[in-house]
Amino acid sequence: MAGYLKIEHVDKSFERNGVTSEVLKDISLEISEGEVISIIGHSGCGKSTLLNLIAGLTEVSSGAIVLGSEVVSGPGPERAVVFQNHSLLPWLTVYENVNLAVAKVFGGKKSKAERHEWIMHNLDLVQMGHARDKRPAEISGGMKQRVGIARALAMEPKILLLDEPFGALDALTRAHLQDAVMEIHERLHNTMIMITHDVDEAVLLSDRIVMMTNGPAARIGEVLAVPLGRPRRRLELAGDRTYLKCREAVLKFLYERHRFVEAA
Amino acid sequence: MSAEAQFETVVPAKKAKVFAFPAQPASRRIDMKKVATGVARSIVPPLIVILLILLIWQIACSTPGASLPPPSVVWEQAGELIWNPFFDYGNGDIGLAWRVFASLQRVAVGFGLAALVGVAVGAFIGQSVWAMRGLDPIFQILRTVPPLAWLPLSLAAFRDSHPSAIFVIFITAVWPVIINTAVGVRNIPNDYRNVAAILRLNPIEFFFKVMVPAAAPYIFTGLRIGIGLSWLAIVAAEMLTGGVGIGFFIWDAWNSSRLPDIIVALVYIGVIGFMLDRLVAGFGAFITRGTAAN
Repeated sequence: MAGYLKIEHVDKSFERNGVTSEVLKDISLEISEGEVISIIGHSGCGKSTLLNLIAGLTEVSSGAIVLGSEVVSGPGPERAVVFQNHSLLPWLTVYENVNLAVAKVFGGKKSKAERHEWIMHNLDLVQMGHARDKRPAEISGGMKQRVGIARALAMEPKILLLDEPFGALDALTRAHLQDAVMEIHERLHNTMIMITHDVDEAVLLSDRIVMMTNGPAARIGEVLAVPLGRPRRRLELAGDRTYLKCREAVLKFLYERHRFVEAA
Repeated sequence: MSAEAQFETVVPAKKAKVFAFPAQPASRRIDMKKVATGVARSIVPPLIVILLILLIWQIACSTPGASLPPPSVVWEQAGELIWNPFFDYGNGDIGLAWRVFASLQRVAVGFGLAALVGVAVGAFIGQSVWAMRGLDPIFQILRTVPPLAWLPLSLAAFRDSHPSAIFVIFITAVWPVIINTAVGVRNIPNDYRNVAAILRLNPIEFFFKVMVPAAAPYIFTGLRIGIGLSWLAIVAAEMLTGGVGIGFFIWDAWNSSRLPDIIVALVYIGVIGFMLDRLVAGFGAFITRGTAAN
Protein backbone atom coordinates (compact mmCIF):
# COMPACT_ATOMS: atom_id res chain seq x y z
CA MET A 1 0.00 0.00 0.00
CA ALA A 2 1.68 3.14 -1.24
CA GLY A 3 1.35 6.33 0.74
CA TYR A 4 0.77 4.60 4.09
CA LEU A 5 2.46 7.54 5.77
CA LYS A 6 2.35 10.83 3.90
CA ILE A 7 4.36 13.85 4.86
CA GLU A 8 3.03 16.75 2.81
CA HIS A 9 4.86 20.07 2.49
CA VAL A 10 5.77 20.20 6.14
CA ASP A 11 7.55 23.29 7.48
CA LYS A 12 8.74 23.64 11.02
CA SER A 13 10.05 26.75 12.67
CA PHE A 14 10.71 27.51 16.31
CA GLU A 15 10.30 30.89 17.92
CA ARG A 16 12.45 31.95 20.80
CA ASN A 17 12.70 35.46 22.23
CA GLY A 18 10.98 36.85 19.18
CA VAL A 19 13.49 35.28 16.80
CA THR A 20 12.04 32.73 14.41
CA SER A 21 14.39 30.02 13.23
CA GLU A 22 13.35 27.76 10.37
CA VAL A 23 14.38 24.18 10.99
CA LEU A 24 12.62 22.21 8.27
CA LYS A 25 11.44 23.54 4.92
CA ASP A 26 8.95 21.90 2.57
CA ILE A 27 9.45 18.27 3.54
CA SER A 28 7.41 15.85 1.45
CA LEU A 29 7.73 12.07 1.64
CA GLU A 30 5.56 9.01 1.10
CA ILE A 31 6.25 5.78 2.86
CA SER A 32 4.67 2.42 2.06
CA GLU A 33 3.48 -0.11 4.59
CA GLY A 34 6.27 -2.45 5.67
CA GLU A 35 8.99 -0.16 4.40
CA VAL A 36 12.12 0.65 6.39
CA ILE A 37 13.29 4.24 5.93
CA SER A 38 16.46 5.80 7.29
CA ILE A 39 16.83 9.52 7.68
CA ILE A 40 20.45 10.58 7.61
CA GLY A 41 22.11 13.96 7.83
CA HIS A 42 24.67 15.94 9.75
CA SER A 43 23.89 16.89 13.32
CA GLY A 44 21.64 19.92 13.61
CA CYS A 45 19.90 19.24 10.30
CA GLY A 46 16.56 18.71 12.00
CA LYS A 47 16.23 14.98 11.51
CA SER A 48 15.20 14.47 15.12
CA THR A 49 12.72 17.31 14.72
CA LEU A 50 11.24 15.50 11.72
CA LEU A 51 10.85 12.32 13.79
CA ASN A 52 9.22 14.29 16.62
CA LEU A 53 6.78 15.77 14.10
CA ILE A 54 5.81 12.29 12.90
CA ALA A 55 5.54 11.11 16.51
CA GLY A 56 3.32 14.09 17.25
CA LEU A 57 5.56 15.25 20.09
CA THR A 58 6.04 18.54 18.21
CA GLU A 59 3.45 20.29 16.08
CA VAL A 60 4.03 21.12 12.43
CA SER A 61 4.13 24.81 11.53
CA SER A 62 2.48 24.19 8.20
CA GLY A 63 1.69 21.20 6.00
CA ALA A 64 0.39 17.89 7.30
CA ILE A 65 1.39 14.38 8.20
CA VAL A 66 -1.14 11.64 7.43
CA LEU A 67 -0.89 8.08 8.74
CA GLY A 68 -3.34 5.69 7.09
CA SER A 69 -6.33 7.97 6.79
CA GLU A 70 -5.74 10.06 9.90
CA VAL A 71 -3.94 13.36 10.19
CA VAL A 72 -1.31 13.23 12.92
CA SER A 73 -2.22 15.54 15.78
CA GLY A 74 -0.45 14.77 19.00
CA PRO A 75 1.43 11.69 20.13
CA GLY A 76 -0.09 8.24 20.36
CA PRO A 77 0.81 4.56 20.71
CA GLU A 78 0.17 3.85 17.01
CA ARG A 79 3.41 5.79 16.38
CA ALA A 80 5.67 4.25 19.02
CA VAL A 81 9.09 5.77 19.53
CA VAL A 82 12.33 4.07 20.51
CA PHE A 83 14.34 6.84 22.15
CA GLN A 84 18.06 7.31 21.84
CA ASN A 85 18.60 7.00 25.59
CA HIS A 86 16.05 4.18 26.06
CA SER A 87 13.85 6.28 28.41
CA LEU A 88 12.88 3.32 30.54
CA LEU A 89 11.38 4.30 33.87
CA PRO A 90 14.12 3.40 36.38
CA TRP A 91 11.77 2.54 39.25
CA LEU A 92 10.02 -0.16 37.21
CA THR A 93 11.40 -3.57 36.28
CA VAL A 94 11.84 -4.56 32.65
CA TYR A 95 8.52 -6.39 32.79
CA GLU A 96 6.74 -3.46 34.44
CA ASN A 97 8.12 -1.03 31.88
CA VAL A 98 6.60 -3.03 29.05
CA ASN A 99 3.49 -3.63 31.12
CA LEU A 100 2.98 0.13 31.49
CA ALA A 101 2.55 0.31 27.73
CA VAL A 102 0.55 -2.91 27.39
CA ALA A 103 -1.83 -2.08 30.24
CA LYS A 104 -2.53 1.31 28.72
CA VAL A 105 -2.93 0.21 25.10
CA PHE A 106 -4.61 -3.17 25.63
CA GLY A 107 -6.13 -2.65 29.08
CA GLY A 108 -9.70 -3.05 27.83
CA LYS A 109 -9.03 -5.40 24.92
CA LYS A 110 -6.99 -8.22 26.39
CA SER A 111 -7.44 -10.29 29.54
CA LYS A 112 -4.76 -10.28 32.20
CA ALA A 113 -3.36 -13.61 31.02
CA GLU A 114 -3.33 -12.41 27.41
CA ARG A 115 -1.52 -9.25 28.41
CA HIS A 116 1.09 -11.26 30.30
CA GLU A 117 1.52 -13.49 27.26
CA TRP A 118 1.90 -10.44 25.02
CA ILE A 119 4.51 -8.82 27.30
CA MET A 120 6.58 -11.99 27.42
CA HIS A 121 6.18 -12.45 23.67
CA ASN A 122 7.65 -9.01 23.04
CA LEU A 123 10.43 -9.45 25.58
CA ASP A 124 11.33 -12.78 23.98
CA LEU A 125 11.30 -11.11 20.57
CA VAL A 126 14.22 -8.94 21.69
CA GLN A 127 15.69 -11.81 23.75
CA MET A 128 15.12 -10.08 27.06
CA GLY A 129 12.66 -12.54 28.64
CA HIS A 130 15.37 -13.69 31.03
CA ALA A 131 15.76 -10.19 32.52
CA ARG A 132 12.08 -9.51 33.16
CA ASP A 133 12.54 -8.81 36.88
CA LYS A 134 15.63 -6.64 36.58
CA ARG A 135 15.54 -2.88 36.87
CA PRO A 136 17.05 -0.74 34.09
CA ALA A 137 20.03 0.13 36.31
CA GLU A 138 20.94 -3.55 36.49
CA ILE A 139 21.22 -4.24 32.75
CA SER A 140 23.62 -3.02 30.06
CA GLY A 141 23.01 -0.19 27.60
CA GLY A 142 22.31 -2.59 24.74
CA MET A 143 19.84 -4.54 26.87
CA LYS A 144 18.06 -1.33 27.88
CA GLN A 145 17.67 -0.44 24.23
CA ARG A 146 16.30 -3.93 23.54
CA VAL A 147 13.68 -3.39 26.25
CA GLY A 148 12.95 0.03 24.72
CA ILE A 149 12.26 -1.71 21.42
CA ALA A 150 10.12 -4.34 23.15
CA ARG A 151 8.08 -1.62 24.83
CA ALA A 152 7.54 0.14 21.51
CA LEU A 153 6.63 -3.10 19.70
CA ALA A 154 4.25 -4.05 22.51
CA MET A 155 2.11 -1.03 21.60
CA GLU A 156 1.52 -2.77 18.26
CA PRO A 157 2.28 0.47 16.43
CA LYS A 158 1.31 1.18 12.84
CA ILE A 159 4.74 2.67 12.46
CA LEU A 160 7.84 2.30 14.59
CA LEU A 161 9.97 5.42 14.99
CA LEU A 162 13.57 4.97 16.06
CA ASP A 163 15.49 8.08 17.10
CA GLU A 164 19.19 7.25 16.74
CA PRO A 165 18.44 4.07 18.64
CA PHE A 166 21.98 2.71 18.70
CA GLY A 167 23.89 5.98 18.79
CA ALA A 168 24.98 5.59 22.39
CA LEU A 169 26.13 1.98 22.04
CA ASP A 170 29.52 0.49 21.24
CA ALA A 171 30.10 -0.90 17.73
CA LEU A 172 29.68 -4.59 18.62
CA THR A 173 26.50 -4.10 20.62
CA ARG A 174 25.21 -1.88 17.85
CA ALA A 175 25.73 -4.65 15.27
CA HIS A 176 23.85 -7.13 17.48
CA LEU A 177 20.93 -4.76 17.81
CA GLN A 178 20.87 -4.00 14.08
CA ASP A 179 20.61 -7.73 13.46
CA ALA A 180 17.85 -7.92 16.03
CA VAL A 181 15.94 -5.14 14.27
CA MET A 182 16.33 -6.89 10.91
CA GLU A 183 15.04 -10.14 12.40
CA ILE A 184 12.06 -8.39 13.92
CA HIS A 185 11.26 -6.72 10.61
CA GLU A 186 11.49 -10.06 8.85
CA ARG A 187 8.93 -11.53 11.23
CA LEU A 188 6.55 -8.62 11.61
CA HIS A 189 7.04 -6.65 8.36
CA ASN A 190 6.43 -3.47 10.32
CA THR A 191 6.91 0.00 8.95
CA MET A 192 9.93 1.74 10.43
CA ILE A 193 11.54 5.14 10.26
CA MET A 194 14.98 5.39 11.76
CA ILE A 195 17.11 8.43 12.40
CA THR A 196 20.79 7.68 12.13
CA HIS A 197 24.16 9.26 11.46
CA ASP A 198 25.78 5.93 10.66
CA VAL A 199 26.08 5.33 6.92
CA ASP A 200 26.53 1.56 7.21
CA GLU A 201 23.54 1.26 9.48
CA ALA A 202 21.42 3.20 7.03
CA VAL A 203 22.41 1.06 4.04
CA LEU A 204 22.21 -2.23 5.92
CA LEU A 205 18.78 -1.71 7.42
CA SER A 206 16.75 0.41 5.05
CA ASP A 207 14.81 0.10 1.83
CA ARG A 208 15.26 3.80 1.18
CA ILE A 209 17.60 6.38 2.66
CA VAL A 210 16.36 9.94 3.03
CA MET A 211 19.30 12.35 2.99
CA MET A 212 18.80 15.75 4.55
CA THR A 213 20.62 18.94 3.61
CA ASN A 214 22.21 21.04 6.32
CA GLY A 215 20.09 23.41 8.37
CA PRO A 216 18.80 25.99 8.91
CA ALA A 217 15.72 25.34 6.77
CA ALA A 218 16.84 21.80 5.99
CA ARG A 219 15.21 20.01 3.08
CA ILE A 220 15.23 16.47 1.77
CA GLY A 221 18.27 16.53 -0.50
CA GLU A 222 17.94 13.13 -2.04
CA VAL A 223 16.17 9.83 -1.54
CA LEU A 224 18.26 6.75 -2.30
CA ALA A 225 16.64 3.37 -2.88
CA VAL A 226 18.67 0.44 -1.59
CA PRO A 227 17.98 -2.40 -4.05
CA LEU A 228 19.23 -5.19 -1.82
CA GLY A 229 17.19 -8.31 -1.19
CA ARG A 230 16.21 -9.53 2.24
CA PRO A 231 17.20 -11.16 4.49
CA ARG A 232 20.46 -9.25 4.50
CA ARG A 233 23.61 -10.62 6.06
CA ARG A 234 26.18 -8.20 7.31
CA LEU A 235 29.17 -10.32 6.28
CA GLU A 236 27.95 -11.14 2.77
CA LEU A 237 27.15 -7.51 2.12
CA ALA A 238 30.55 -6.24 3.19
CA GLY A 239 31.90 -6.88 -0.30
CA ASP A 240 28.64 -6.61 -2.24
CA ARG A 241 28.78 -4.16 -5.17
CA THR A 242 25.30 -2.75 -4.75
CA TYR A 243 25.93 -2.27 -1.05
CA LEU A 244 29.20 -0.46 -1.69
CA LYS A 245 27.62 1.71 -4.36
CA CYS A 246 24.81 2.78 -2.03
CA ARG A 247 27.32 3.44 0.69
CA GLU A 248 29.38 5.56 -1.65
CA ALA A 249 26.33 7.52 -2.77
CA VAL A 250 25.45 8.40 0.81
CA LEU A 251 29.02 9.31 1.66
CA LYS A 252 29.28 11.52 -1.43
CA PHE A 253 26.08 13.28 -0.51
CA LEU A 254 27.21 13.88 3.05
CA TYR A 255 30.84 14.77 2.47
CA GLU A 256 31.00 16.26 -1.02
CA ARG A 257 27.80 18.07 -1.79
CA HIS A 258 26.60 18.86 1.70
CA ARG A 259 29.66 19.06 3.83
CA PHE A 260 29.02 20.08 7.37
CA VAL A 261 30.80 23.42 7.48
CA GLU A 262 31.06 23.87 11.22
CA ALA A 263 32.58 20.43 11.71
CA ALA A 264 35.53 21.17 9.44
CA MET B 1 61.03 -15.40 31.04
CA SER B 2 60.55 -19.06 31.94
CA ALA B 3 61.12 -18.37 35.61
CA GLU B 4 58.40 -15.80 35.54
CA ALA B 5 55.99 -18.19 33.92
CA GLN B 6 56.73 -20.81 36.58
CA PHE B 7 56.17 -18.27 39.28
CA GLU B 8 52.82 -17.39 37.85
CA THR B 9 51.58 -20.95 37.60
CA VAL B 10 52.72 -22.05 41.04
CA VAL B 11 51.48 -19.25 43.21
CA PRO B 12 47.74 -19.30 42.45
CA ALA B 13 47.61 -23.05 43.01
CA LYS B 14 49.10 -22.64 46.45
CA LYS B 15 46.73 -19.83 47.26
CA ALA B 16 43.72 -21.85 46.30
CA LYS B 17 44.76 -24.75 48.56
CA VAL B 18 45.34 -22.54 51.55
CA PHE B 19 42.00 -20.76 51.29
CA ALA B 20 39.74 -23.66 50.38
CA PHE B 21 39.32 -25.41 53.73
CA PRO B 22 39.04 -22.96 56.61
CA ALA B 23 36.99 -20.49 54.57
CA GLN B 24 33.63 -20.85 56.32
CA PRO B 25 34.48 -20.86 60.01
CA ALA B 26 37.04 -18.12 59.46
CA SER B 27 34.52 -15.87 57.75
CA ARG B 28 31.97 -16.47 60.49
CA ARG B 29 34.43 -15.53 63.20
CA ILE B 30 35.41 -12.41 61.27
CA ASP B 31 31.75 -11.45 60.92
CA MET B 32 31.14 -11.63 64.66
CA LYS B 33 34.24 -9.60 65.26
CA LYS B 34 33.18 -7.09 62.64
CA VAL B 35 29.75 -6.68 64.21
CA ALA B 36 31.30 -6.22 67.62
CA THR B 37 33.77 -3.62 66.42
CA GLY B 38 31.02 -1.89 64.44
CA VAL B 39 28.83 -1.65 67.53
CA ALA B 40 31.77 -0.51 69.61
CA ARG B 41 32.66 2.13 67.05
CA SER B 42 29.19 3.66 66.97
CA ILE B 43 28.27 3.29 70.64
CA VAL B 44 31.45 3.75 72.68
CA PRO B 45 32.41 7.30 71.54
CA PRO B 46 29.00 8.90 72.19
CA LEU B 47 28.78 7.02 75.48
CA ILE B 48 32.11 8.47 76.61
CA VAL B 49 31.07 11.95 75.52
CA ILE B 50 27.75 11.69 77.35
CA LEU B 51 29.49 10.56 80.55
CA LEU B 52 31.93 13.45 80.23
CA ILE B 53 29.14 15.96 79.74
CA LEU B 54 27.24 14.56 82.74
CA LEU B 55 30.39 14.80 84.81
CA ILE B 56 31.10 18.42 83.85
CA TRP B 57 27.44 19.28 84.38
CA GLN B 58 27.47 17.62 87.80
CA ILE B 59 30.57 19.56 88.85
CA ALA B 60 29.35 22.85 87.45
CA CYS B 61 25.93 22.68 89.08
CA SER B 62 27.02 21.30 92.45
CA THR B 63 28.01 24.65 93.90
CA PRO B 64 25.56 25.92 96.57
CA GLY B 65 24.28 28.87 94.52
CA ALA B 66 23.77 26.96 91.24
CA SER B 67 20.62 27.97 89.36
CA LEU B 68 20.18 24.66 87.49
CA PRO B 69 19.94 21.17 89.00
CA PRO B 70 22.84 18.74 88.49
CA PRO B 71 22.19 15.27 86.96
CA SER B 72 22.06 13.63 90.36
CA VAL B 73 19.17 15.87 91.41
CA VAL B 74 17.41 15.29 88.10
CA TRP B 75 17.62 11.54 88.67
CA GLU B 76 16.38 11.91 92.23
CA GLN B 77 13.41 14.17 91.53
CA ALA B 78 12.40 13.22 88.02
CA GLY B 79 13.60 9.62 88.00
CA GLU B 80 10.12 8.19 87.67
CA LEU B 81 9.61 10.16 84.46
CA ILE B 82 12.64 8.42 83.01
CA TRP B 83 12.13 4.82 84.06
CA ASN B 84 8.34 4.74 84.01
CA PRO B 85 7.03 6.69 81.03
CA PHE B 86 3.63 4.96 81.08
CA PHE B 87 2.25 5.74 84.57
CA ASP B 88 -1.20 7.21 84.96
CA TYR B 89 -2.09 8.50 88.42
CA GLY B 90 -5.29 10.20 87.29
CA ASN B 91 -6.06 13.90 87.37
CA GLY B 92 -3.82 14.49 84.36
CA ASP B 93 -0.76 13.22 86.21
CA ILE B 94 0.49 10.91 83.47
CA GLY B 95 3.82 9.60 82.18
CA LEU B 96 5.79 11.40 79.50
CA ALA B 97 5.10 8.68 76.92
CA TRP B 98 1.40 9.56 77.06
CA ARG B 99 2.16 13.26 76.65
CA VAL B 100 4.49 12.58 73.76
CA PHE B 101 1.79 10.39 72.27
CA ALA B 102 -0.71 13.27 72.45
CA SER B 103 1.76 15.59 70.73
CA LEU B 104 2.54 12.98 68.10
CA GLN B 105 -1.15 12.65 67.31
CA ARG B 106 -1.33 16.39 66.56
CA VAL B 107 1.79 16.18 64.47
CA ALA B 108 0.41 13.17 62.61
CA VAL B 109 -2.75 15.03 61.63
CA GLY B 110 -1.04 18.34 60.82
CA PHE B 111 1.89 16.78 59.01
CA GLY B 112 -0.33 14.30 57.17
CA LEU B 113 -2.43 17.18 55.83
CA ALA B 114 0.73 19.12 54.95
CA ALA B 115 2.11 16.12 53.05
CA LEU B 116 -1.09 15.65 51.03
CA VAL B 117 -1.62 19.34 50.27
CA GLY B 118 2.11 19.97 49.77
CA VAL B 119 2.55 17.21 47.19
CA ALA B 120 -0.61 18.21 45.32
CA VAL B 121 0.19 21.93 45.26
CA GLY B 122 3.87 21.26 44.53
CA ALA B 123 2.95 19.03 41.60
CA PHE B 124 0.64 21.74 40.30
CA ILE B 125 3.20 24.53 40.42
CA GLY B 126 5.92 22.22 39.13
CA GLN B 127 3.77 21.46 36.09
CA SER B 128 2.51 24.92 35.28
CA VAL B 129 4.84 27.79 34.46
CA TRP B 130 2.12 30.32 35.25
CA ALA B 131 1.25 28.80 38.62
CA MET B 132 4.95 28.86 39.38
CA ARG B 133 5.30 32.52 38.45
CA GLY B 134 2.20 33.50 40.38
CA LEU B 135 2.59 31.42 43.52
CA ASP B 136 6.30 31.05 44.06
CA PRO B 137 7.00 34.61 45.30
CA ILE B 138 4.08 34.37 47.74
CA PHE B 139 5.28 31.01 49.04
CA GLN B 140 8.82 32.29 49.40
CA ILE B 141 7.57 35.08 51.66
CA LEU B 142 5.05 33.00 53.63
CA ARG B 143 7.50 30.23 54.37
CA THR B 144 9.74 32.59 56.34
CA VAL B 145 6.94 33.50 58.75
CA PRO B 146 7.77 31.80 62.10
CA PRO B 147 5.26 29.09 63.05
CA LEU B 148 4.14 30.81 66.24
CA ALA B 149 3.26 34.00 64.40
CA TRP B 150 0.40 32.04 62.84
CA LEU B 151 -0.98 30.98 66.20
CA PRO B 152 -2.99 34.10 67.17
CA LEU B 153 -4.58 34.20 63.73
CA SER B 154 -5.48 30.52 63.80
CA LEU B 155 -6.85 30.84 67.35
CA ALA B 156 -9.05 33.66 66.11
CA ALA B 157 -10.15 31.65 63.08
CA PHE B 158 -10.78 28.27 64.77
CA ARG B 159 -11.76 29.57 68.23
CA ASP B 160 -10.31 26.39 69.75
CA SER B 161 -6.78 25.48 70.75
CA HIS B 162 -6.76 21.94 69.33
CA PRO B 163 -7.35 22.73 65.64
CA SER B 164 -5.16 25.82 66.03
CA ALA B 165 -2.19 23.72 67.08
CA ILE B 166 -2.78 21.37 64.15
CA PHE B 167 -3.03 24.32 61.79
CA VAL B 168 0.30 25.66 63.04
CA ILE B 169 1.90 22.26 62.35
CA PHE B 170 0.34 22.21 58.91
CA ILE B 171 1.42 25.70 57.94
CA THR B 172 4.94 25.04 59.20
CA ALA B 173 5.46 21.76 57.42
CA VAL B 174 3.71 22.50 54.14
CA TRP B 175 6.24 24.91 52.58
CA PRO B 176 9.26 22.65 52.27
CA VAL B 177 6.99 19.90 50.90
CA ILE B 178 5.52 22.24 48.26
CA ILE B 179 8.84 23.71 47.22
CA ASN B 180 10.72 20.41 47.04
CA THR B 181 7.91 18.68 45.18
CA ALA B 182 7.76 21.53 42.67
CA VAL B 183 11.50 21.31 42.04
CA GLY B 184 11.28 17.53 41.71
CA VAL B 185 8.42 17.76 39.22
CA ARG B 186 10.22 20.40 37.18
CA ASN B 187 13.26 18.13 37.02
CA ILE B 188 11.39 15.14 35.59
CA PRO B 189 13.37 14.24 32.45
CA ASN B 190 11.64 15.20 29.24
CA ASP B 191 11.99 11.60 28.04
CA TYR B 192 9.60 10.38 30.72
CA ARG B 193 7.10 13.00 29.63
CA ASN B 194 7.48 11.88 26.03
CA VAL B 195 6.89 8.26 27.01
CA ALA B 196 3.78 9.31 28.89
CA ALA B 197 2.62 11.40 25.93
CA ILE B 198 3.02 8.53 23.48
CA LEU B 199 1.12 6.21 25.81
CA ARG B 200 -1.52 8.94 26.19
CA LEU B 201 -1.47 8.66 29.98
CA ASN B 202 -4.17 10.90 31.41
CA PRO B 203 -3.18 13.45 34.09
CA ILE B 204 -4.14 11.13 36.95
CA GLU B 205 -2.18 8.20 35.53
CA PHE B 206 0.74 10.52 34.83
CA PHE B 207 0.64 11.81 38.40
CA PHE B 208 0.75 8.37 40.02
CA LYS B 209 2.80 6.40 37.50
CA VAL B 210 5.43 8.94 36.44
CA MET B 211 5.37 12.16 38.44
CA VAL B 212 5.31 10.83 42.00
CA PRO B 213 7.92 8.09 41.49
CA ALA B 214 10.17 10.39 39.45
CA ALA B 215 9.99 13.20 42.00
CA ALA B 216 9.99 10.88 45.03
CA PRO B 217 13.56 11.68 46.15
CA TYR B 218 12.73 15.39 46.17
CA ILE B 219 9.35 14.82 47.81
CA PHE B 220 10.94 12.84 50.62
CA THR B 221 13.56 15.52 51.17
CA GLY B 222 10.69 17.97 51.63
CA LEU B 223 8.81 15.61 53.92
CA ARG B 224 11.91 15.09 56.04
CA ILE B 225 12.44 18.82 56.48
CA GLY B 226 8.71 19.16 57.14
CA ILE B 227 8.53 16.57 59.91
CA GLY B 228 11.50 18.21 61.62
CA LEU B 229 9.84 21.62 61.50
CA SER B 230 6.53 20.15 62.72
CA TRP B 231 8.19 18.74 65.79
CA LEU B 232 9.84 22.09 66.44
CA ALA B 233 6.53 23.88 66.11
CA ILE B 234 4.34 21.51 68.16
CA VAL B 235 6.31 22.09 71.35
CA ALA B 236 6.10 25.85 71.00
CA ALA B 237 2.44 25.75 70.03
CA GLU B 238 1.48 23.52 72.94
CA MET B 239 3.23 25.84 75.37
CA LEU B 240 0.75 28.50 74.35
CA THR B 241 -2.41 26.47 73.70
CA GLY B 242 -2.22 24.17 76.73
CA GLY B 243 -3.89 20.77 76.99
CA VAL B 244 -2.12 17.44 77.09
CA GLY B 245 1.22 17.35 75.35
CA ILE B 246 4.94 17.44 75.84
CA GLY B 247 5.11 21.19 75.12
CA PHE B 248 2.50 22.04 77.69
CA PHE B 249 4.22 19.73 80.17
CA ILE B 250 7.37 21.87 79.93
CA TRP B 251 5.40 25.05 80.42
CA ASP B 252 3.56 23.57 83.37
CA ALA B 253 6.81 22.36 84.92
CA TRP B 254 8.31 25.82 84.54
CA ASN B 255 5.33 27.41 86.23
CA SER B 256 5.69 25.05 89.20
CA SER B 257 9.49 25.30 89.21
CA ARG B 258 10.15 21.64 88.44
CA LEU B 259 13.38 22.13 86.53
CA PRO B 260 14.41 18.44 86.60
CA ASP B 261 11.17 17.54 84.77
CA ILE B 262 11.98 20.04 82.05
CA ILE B 263 15.38 18.51 81.51
CA VAL B 264 13.90 15.02 81.14
CA ALA B 265 11.27 16.36 78.75
CA LEU B 266 13.98 17.98 76.60
CA VAL B 267 15.71 14.63 76.23
CA TYR B 268 12.40 13.02 75.26
CA ILE B 269 11.75 15.68 72.62
CA GLY B 270 15.22 15.27 71.15
CA VAL B 271 15.00 11.49 70.98
CA ILE B 272 11.51 11.52 69.45
CA GLY B 273 12.51 14.18 66.90
CA PHE B 274 15.50 12.08 65.90
CA MET B 275 13.29 9.01 65.54
CA LEU B 276 10.76 10.88 63.41
CA ASP B 277 13.51 12.10 61.09
CA ARG B 278 14.93 8.59 60.75
CA LEU B 279 11.46 7.16 60.20
CA VAL B 280 10.71 9.46 57.25
CA ALA B 281 14.23 9.06 55.87
CA GLY B 282 14.01 5.27 56.09
CA PHE B 283 10.58 5.24 54.52
CA GLY B 284 11.87 7.46 51.72
CA ALA B 285 14.89 5.25 51.13
CA PHE B 286 12.58 2.23 50.95
CA ILE B 287 10.12 3.86 48.53
CA THR B 288 12.75 5.39 46.24
CA ARG B 289 15.07 2.38 46.16
CA GLY B 290 14.66 2.05 42.38
CA THR B 291 14.56 5.69 41.41
CA ALA B 292 18.26 6.35 40.92
CA ALA B 293 18.44 7.48 37.32
CA ASN B 294 19.71 5.07 34.67
